[in-house]
Amino acid sequence: MSEPLLSVRDLEVTYPGGVPAVRGVSFDLTAGETLGLAGESGCGKSTIAAALLRLLPPGTKVTGQVLLEGNDVLTLKPGALRAVRWEEISIVFQGALHTLNPVRKIGWQVAEAITTHRPGQSAGTTSKRVGELLELVGIPAARADDYPHQMSGGQKQRVLIALALACDPKLLIADEPTTALDVMVQAQVLQLLEDLQRDLGLAMIFITHDLSVLATVCRRLAVMYAGRFVEQGPAAEVFASAAHPYARALAAAFPIIGDPRYRMAPSGLGGDPPDPRDLPDGCPFHPRCPKATPECSAARPELAEVGPARLVACIHPEEIG
Amino acid sequence: MSEAQPLLEVKDLHVQFAARKGAVARAVDGVDLSVREGEVLALVGESGCGKTTLARTIMGLEKPASGEVWFRGKPLDYGAKELKAYRRGVQMVFQDPSGALNPRQTIYEAVAEGLRIHGLSDGEEAAVAEALSISGLRPPERFYTRYPNEVSGGQRQRVVIAGAMALDPWLIIADEPVSALDASVRGEILALMLRLVREKGVTIIAVTHDLGLAWNIADRIAVMYLGRIVEIGSTEELLADPKHPYTRALLSVVPEHKQLEQQILVGETPDPKRIPTGCRFHPRCPLFASGEAERLGISGRCTGDDPALEPISGVGAGHLAACHAVG
Repeated sequence: MSEPLLSVRDLEVTYPGGVPAVRGVSFDLTAGETLGLAGESGCGKSTIAAALLRLLPPGTKVTGQVLLEGNDVLTLKPGALRAVRWEEISIVFQGALHTLNPVRKIGWQVAEAITTHRPGQSAGTTSKRVGELLELVGIPAARADDYPHQMSGGQKQRVLIALALACDPKLLIADEPTTALDVMVQAQVLQLLEDLQRDLGLAMIFITHDLSVLATVCRRLAVMYAGRFVEQGPAAEVFASAAHPYARALAAAFPIIGDPRYRMAPSGLGGDPPDPRDLPDGCPFHPRCPKATPECSAARPELAEVGPARLVACIHPEEIG
Repeated sequence: MSEAQPLLEVKDLHVQFAARKGAVARAVDGVDLSVREGEVLALVGESGCGKTTLARTIMGLEKPASGEVWFRGKPLDYGAKELKAYRRGVQMVFQDPSGALNPRQTIYEAVAEGLRIHGLSDGEEAAVAEALSISGLRPPERFYTRYPNEVSGGQRQRVVIAGAMALDPWLIIADEPVSALDASVRGEILALMLRLVREKGVTIIAVTHDLGLAWNIADRIAVMYLGRIVEIGSTEELLADPKHPYTRALLSVVPEHKQLEQQILVGETPDPKRIPTGCRFHPRCPLFASGEAERLGISGRCTGDDPALEPISGVGAGHLAACHAVG
């Protein structure tokens, strides 16, 4: 078994003011592997992404380890951290339309990402690389002279992916990269990310609340609730038959078209996510859980195996097919 | 006539906007549609297809360049008083509840605002309580003095829906009602919309790009492309057997939909200022690009004749498509 590219151990993140967002998360990612992180707003999935790159606001308390090829990102000095950001791990955020500088040509913006990290490189080499990167994401190199306003939403998202790939990272984090996009454009961007992941051998962490997207794009899937993983396993299996009642509700939120069980029967989950400052006792999901029993409020279940490579933190797991 | 009079009819509707250099954007370019009382119609298409302009025109917020909107058998009267009365009955629910609510206004004030605009202050509290309650915010008094940022995203969307329901509307136009919401909340809001149809008899037009939403709540689906309805039919029939190549492509890219081979169209919806001649979809049409249209001997019509929305042989009467390859 090869050494993992990324190994996260007991990661805990508490925002200033004492709001715990991540409460002990551990996972490994090997080179070229794809992991999906799912859960509703506030579950901690984007906080994990920010912690991997140390992009959290000052005063945030982070404990545990984020080992990137054996080096702990959490203890790196600023110079070494800068080398990790973008050259090892890069990120594509949601809301592409607003992150590009409106008064700079897109070619200039991609070049800036390269020269920031490779100051000695000649202008000719950089501009050639800018062209390659744009072509790589499906934008003609000649459009390097366009401004962001001349591009559509989908094209801007492609430019952001080109930016993220500028320094040949080993790990790409995609945080809701298609949420604001139209269906057809979403399909185009997902196809691009899948192709790039395969062709460049990128490891990828894909974050969204849409389990159906993760089942399509990722090999492995982790479902988060209240700052912890509550289920983990092969993406297609978790989507098709989740063991945790919360994961099952999330999967059912996106109906299978043609399946009579969902026809005129939208499936929702009552209640709201818990206040991170004041989690319920026991399993934090029990107040919303259709299967909860008195024991669920007594002790919080740990992740335990329910099948090959399938982990779930629930004392009443659903039957898995 | 055996069929009841439609609640709403849109007749050969064209809505245009002036663009720079004398160009004209044909946002809605010849739409015919009728909506029955108590049904849920999903109006499906990509950004820029004209679905929001069509919805705004139905609400009386845009005036058609030609064609008409009819309500209960009469054309819409654009006189100030008549339009205000009509708008009371047609309420809109937007995508992002956080943007639709004033952060400095309490939930009570937000729900009561429409009543005050329409001079319905008598029995205001009872109406607000009733609207909150049917929208699932119970007991209503608990929400009166709270502000939008003090409730969850799903509850905020319920507040927006309560604001619409306070006016006892006959039609709700919901523009992407769940796309800004978390997956877990989505089903609850859709279930609420179905309940309003069943218990209150409202009619809903859901403007969306989400075919899963249609499968969850819609009786019928109308697919729009570049200002025109290209396919319409009952949800079951249209999703089980989509006829128009655009509908087929839209359905094929739904994640985890495995019945159709994935057909990702290149590019984005073209510019409504330059609608292609012939079939407006032909530059992106997989049938045309693959040479299938040529083999069928229709490629000249694809580039030359604008196809009409017509009944399809061998399928239910209400299923229509605008494609030369579908007969």
